[in-house]
Amino acid sequence: MVCDNCGSGDAVIHLTQIVNNEMKNLHLCDACAAEKGLEGTDSGANFPLTDFLAQMGNDPGTNPAPGGTRECGFCGMGLDEFRETGRLGCPHCWTTFETHLRGLVRRFHGSTQHVGKVYLSPDPSIPEMEKRLEGLRRKLRRAVDLEDFERAAELRDEIRSLEPAGGA
Amino acid sequence: MPVFPDFEGPGLGWLDASGEHSEIVLSTRVRLARNVQGHAFGPRARVNDRIAVLDGITSVMPRVTHLKAAEVHEVARMEPRTRSLLLERHLASRELVGSGHREGERGTALIFSSERPVSVMVNEEDHLRLQTLMSGLRVYECWSALDSLDEELGREVPYAYHPEFGFLTSCPTNVGTGLRASVLLHLPALVLTKEIGRVLQGITQVGLTYRGLHGEGSEVVGNFFQLSNQTTLGKSEEDLVDHLDRIVRQVIQYEVQARDILVRDAAGVTEDKIWRAYGLLRYARSLSFEEMMNLLSGVRLGAALKLLPGLRVYPLNKIMIFTQPAHLEEAVGRPLPPAESDAHRAAYVRRILASEGAVSPNEGDPDGSTSPESAD
Repeated sequence: MVCDNCGSGDAVIHLTQIVNNEMKNLHLCDACAAEKGLEGTDSGANFPLTDFLAQMGNDPGTNPAPGGTRECGFCGMGLDEFRETGRLGCPHCWTTFETHLRGLVRRFHGSTQHVGKVYLSPDPSIPEMEKRLEGLRRKLRRAVDLEDFERAAELRDEIRSLEPAGGA
Repeated sequence: MPVFPDFEGPGLGWLDASGEHSEIVLSTRVRLARNVQGHAFGPRARVNDRIAVLDGITSVMPRVTHLKAAEVHEVARMEPRTRSLLLERHLASRELVGSGHREGERGTALIFSSERPVSVMVNEEDHLRLQTLMSGLRVYECWSALDSLDEELGREVPYAYHPEFGFLTSCPTNVGTGLRASVLLHLPALVLTKEIGRVLQGITQVGLTYRGLHGEGSEVVGNFFQLSNQTTLGKSEEDLVDHLDRIVRQVIQYEVQARDILVRDAAGVTEDKIWRAYGLLRYARSLSFEEMMNLLSGVRLGAALKLLPGLRVYPLNKIMIFTQPAHLEEAVGRPLPPAESDAHRAAYVRRILASEGAVSPNEGDPDGSTSPESAD
């Protein structure tokens, strides 16, 4: 059987995966398997199967480079490099490696949903704006409670500038 | 303009022991990690990225209230000693000014003003690290000042933000709010009564973490512990700072109780330890930084317990900063080998303690008539 990747080598690694309820079989030669981070059976302890599967799946955030290494399209950082350094390369890495990062963020922070202040894009949607206003009103109440009137005045102005005309 | 036109002055407001609980809490710091859209993060950024980020922030400074009077100091143009001074004053991180691979590279800078307690590290691990540093326990004030700076800056500079993950950072442990609030506490009584282990174990169970005097990766010296939030995502900024404030107040309560126990159940031993520490600091001719910090811990405890009447906390805080290697070298004006450094350190400590005047034992003390004489 020839390798599905290079079409010339002898396939010695046979992988079955389920993507969107559909079974896919992949047959790879030694060289292509090693390139994708898969080793022969004798190095099974470090078998990075989950990453490999994510890489082969239809994750829209991934950008398989030639040779199958997943890299960020903006800064060129690979997942391996991230694992080594623990630092991402750029804001786009967060979308490229979203699936992987979601798991990691959940393990570390116990959640993946940011509930702090909402940063408004130049053209914010109504729910975004509402969420931000809600946060600002909460801060205003707190500043008043703590008699931090300078900050309260800043927050009041900020709220007024964001509230729709004719709003409270 | 030089970073330190006046060696004694800039960036040391946090030392003045003016904040709440300043006999136990040295300082409060809050920082926000922010990144700018369209550029690679610190460790991967090219010179062009770094310069664009720095230019972006310097061009908007005149429109940002907190940064109007601030100055930009590029690390590449700093003398090695200036870098160490910033580090020793807790104004810059080792990563910003340190001996890392990016040392001297263009675009890395510290923006700070001697008028306001806020500063910005540019092109550290993240593009921007906004921070406030204040004396004593002032978690809310630090956060409030920083929030206001962040709001203004965020309107001028496009931050990297994700609706689910929040403010994006180079390291996933900072993502979300990007907020790290920390309080530097002096806890000698909890150490002496051997309760510290339980307290530290307790704080890690409630989502906080602890470090030494100089933050991440530093050792605990002189019984100073820096407590901070461990996670940055899943809670609002207000919840994070409130939680830290609440736990720190509890730890302060434990420390006060432990101090009460020392005074009540071990008055003789405690007093002896404190006076011995004072005596050594007051008269020693050579002190390593570590030895000095351990002795200073006892003296600081004595000042707080009024066992060393007349001694104020502020000069003790000052000693901690001005006896570090780069500060000693700056004062002398030349590099100092360790042995000489130890001698200069001891001289500085003697001078400061002498300038505080006579410290007399409490009235009613059996030996109360004697007081330390001036040595210098």
